[in-house]
Amino acid sequence: MAKRIDVSGLTAYYGKTKAIEDISMTVEPRSVTAFIGPSGCGKSTFLRTLNRMHEVIPHATVSGTVLLDDENLYGPDVDPVAVRRTIGMVFQRPNPFPTMSIYDNVAAGLKLNGIRRRGELDALVEKSLRSANLWNEVKDRLNKPGAGLSGGQQQRLCIARAIAVEPEVLLMDEPCSALDPISTLAIEDLISELKERFTIVIVTHNMQQAARVSDRTAFFNLAAVGQPGRLIEIDATERIFSNPTVQATEDYISGRFG
Amino acid sequence: MSTTTKPTVTPPASVLTQRRLPRWAPAATALGAVVAGIGIGAGAGLTSEIQWGLIAALLFVGALHVLSTRVEGSRKAKDRLATSLVWVCFILAVIPLVSLLEYTIRKGAKVLDGYFLTHSMNGVATIEPGGGVYHSLLGTLEQVALATLISAPIGLLTAIYLVEYGRGPLAKAVTFFVDVMTGIPSIVAGLFVLSFWIIWLDFSFSGFAGSMALSILMMPVVVRSTEEMLKLVPNELREASLALGVPKWRTILKVVLPTAVGGIVTGLMLAVARITGETAPVLLLVYGAATINTNPFDGAQDSLPLYIFQQWKNGNEPSYDRAWAAALVLIALVMALNLLARGVARWKAPKPGH
Ligand SMILES: Nc1ncnc2c1ncn2[C@@H]1O[C@H](COP(=O)(O)OP(=O)(O)OP(=O)(O)O)[C@@H](O)[C@H]1O
Ligand SMILES: [Mg+2]
Repeated sequence: MAKRIDVSGLTAYYGKTKAIEDISMTVEPRSVTAFIGPSGCGKSTFLRTLNRMHEVIPHATVSGTVLLDDENLYGPDVDPVAVRRTIGMVFQRPNPFPTMSIYDNVAAGLKLNGIRRRGELDALVEKSLRSANLWNEVKDRLNKPGAGLSGGQQQRLCIARAIAVEPEVLLMDEPCSALDPISTLAIEDLISELKERFTIVIVTHNMQQAARVSDRTAFFNLAAVGQPGRLIEIDATERIFSNPTVQATEDYISGRFG
Repeated sequence: MSTTTKPTVTPPASVLTQRRLPRWAPAATALGAVVAGIGIGAGAGLTSEIQWGLIAALLFVGALHVLSTRVEGSRKAKDRLATSLVWVCFILAVIPLVSLLEYTIRKGAKVLDGYFLTHSMNGVATIEPGGGVYHSLLGTLEQVALATLISAPIGLLTAIYLVEYGRGPLAKAVTFFVDVMTGIPSIVAGLFVLSFWIIWLDFSFSGFAGSMALSILMMPVVVRSTEEMLKLVPNELREASLALGVPKWRTILKVVLPTAVGGIVTGLMLAVARITGETAPVLLLVYGAATINTNPFDGAQDSLPLYIFQQWKNGNEPSYDRAWAAALVLIALVMALNLLARGVARWKAPKPGH
């Protein structure tokens, strides 16, 4: 299932402002790639260009290519909706649908893919919730609103919702930034399990987290405030954390930044 | 023994506590102000109760402020001043409303009964008592329903276009025209339909003609209120849905609209309530009738505002009574719609609870 992503020469704009410039990298299948870098350097922007969510923002544009196993996501006939079904996303702030129950939140994407038979839905909802380590906490209140869960539970609900449609790639934008250490650990374990099946990209500000969960790490930075963000380097996580090629990476990781 | 006497401990002076007026102080001040207001008013020979009330209100605001400055200090006194002004304004706003309601109920209850609600004015001479409002109530309900059927879908879709899709010059133009439409006086909408539909296209007066004018008035209100409600839906929800690979139209249908439905329905109901009382377009286009006409597409109908207007114009006691009763029916109808809107809004609002 999992697919590889090849990005080359990717530049993204918000209106006339260039947010990220000329980014090229490869995201390996069945592995976890972590994005680190200072705030505002364009990690979220880059992540959103990977499943064509960037263009949802008014006046936001992208140039460059993103190949998903040799197919250009920005090709002329590519349907962004199909891209987003293949490449799922979890956001920084948990955002369950407030009008839907826990069950319907998870089933929201499934129903769309034509799965409507109750039995099949039930099985898939349960499987997704189990994968997200949430099943035991919510199995008795599947019909209660998703917004009534705690923050950490909501985030795991959003992960369940995203993996329910069995995407090839899962993009996670600081999925643990609002969570306690226990929920964070739960999600990190989950990421390690999920990487057997999916290609995972995770943005994080937590160095230990990047070191713990990721196989490869990409460091982003911007030359100065107002300049577009750039990819500084990407390499195996041990190398980035022990012996990076660029001085700025080492400074950032060791906290001697700026 | 010294242990039996309670030690009189003065509480330690703290920066966090300060002297406060007792809870009943504002109420007592208000009571005093009212008594003083009546006393001064009567003593000075002022005949109008409104003047007495204003004196009382000023006394209340002033006295509470002075009292609070003395006891509690100036910051608290400012707070009291603002609070008491808000209260006075609230009462000033509510008095006309309540007295209007009270007056209408008193006057209207005289002839309002089952007979009044179920009979038309057919064969009732204007100067004799009797007759009823059935034909007007029916007309109003039909006309308003038709106007809603026309303007609700158009208004909703326009609002969805503006919020979810509208970019660039077309959206700006639509917004501009909606703004212009909001400002159209009802009589102008009536004249427009009159010259277009009845004079130019040569259709007869009908409830439907009135509905068209009413929908011109209703549409911009629906667009505006729906637009505001849709804008309140957090973008994160749209993004969450889009990121699942849900197409945009389905995202709007399944995520955006359900989240906003309470507010949208409330806005719709308020727009309905707003046009229910419109008189001018109905006067021009529905024409008015004394008999029951159940078909809104053919021939003159009646409507409640029109009925009130015409009964009042008759200028005799039985007609006045009928006018008041019809006014009461109209108020009750609008109020019922508002209550319904609130009910729906509460029922449909996303529940964060457990
Ligand atoms: N919706 C937007 N409209 C305009 N500019 C934006 C928008 N979102 C982000 N930007 C700009 O793009 C740049 C990159 O932002 P981005 O959110 O990608 O940073 P980030 O690396 O994810 O930061 P953080 O670590 O704080 O989440 C910033 O300069 C930001 O101001
Ligand atoms: Mg970010």
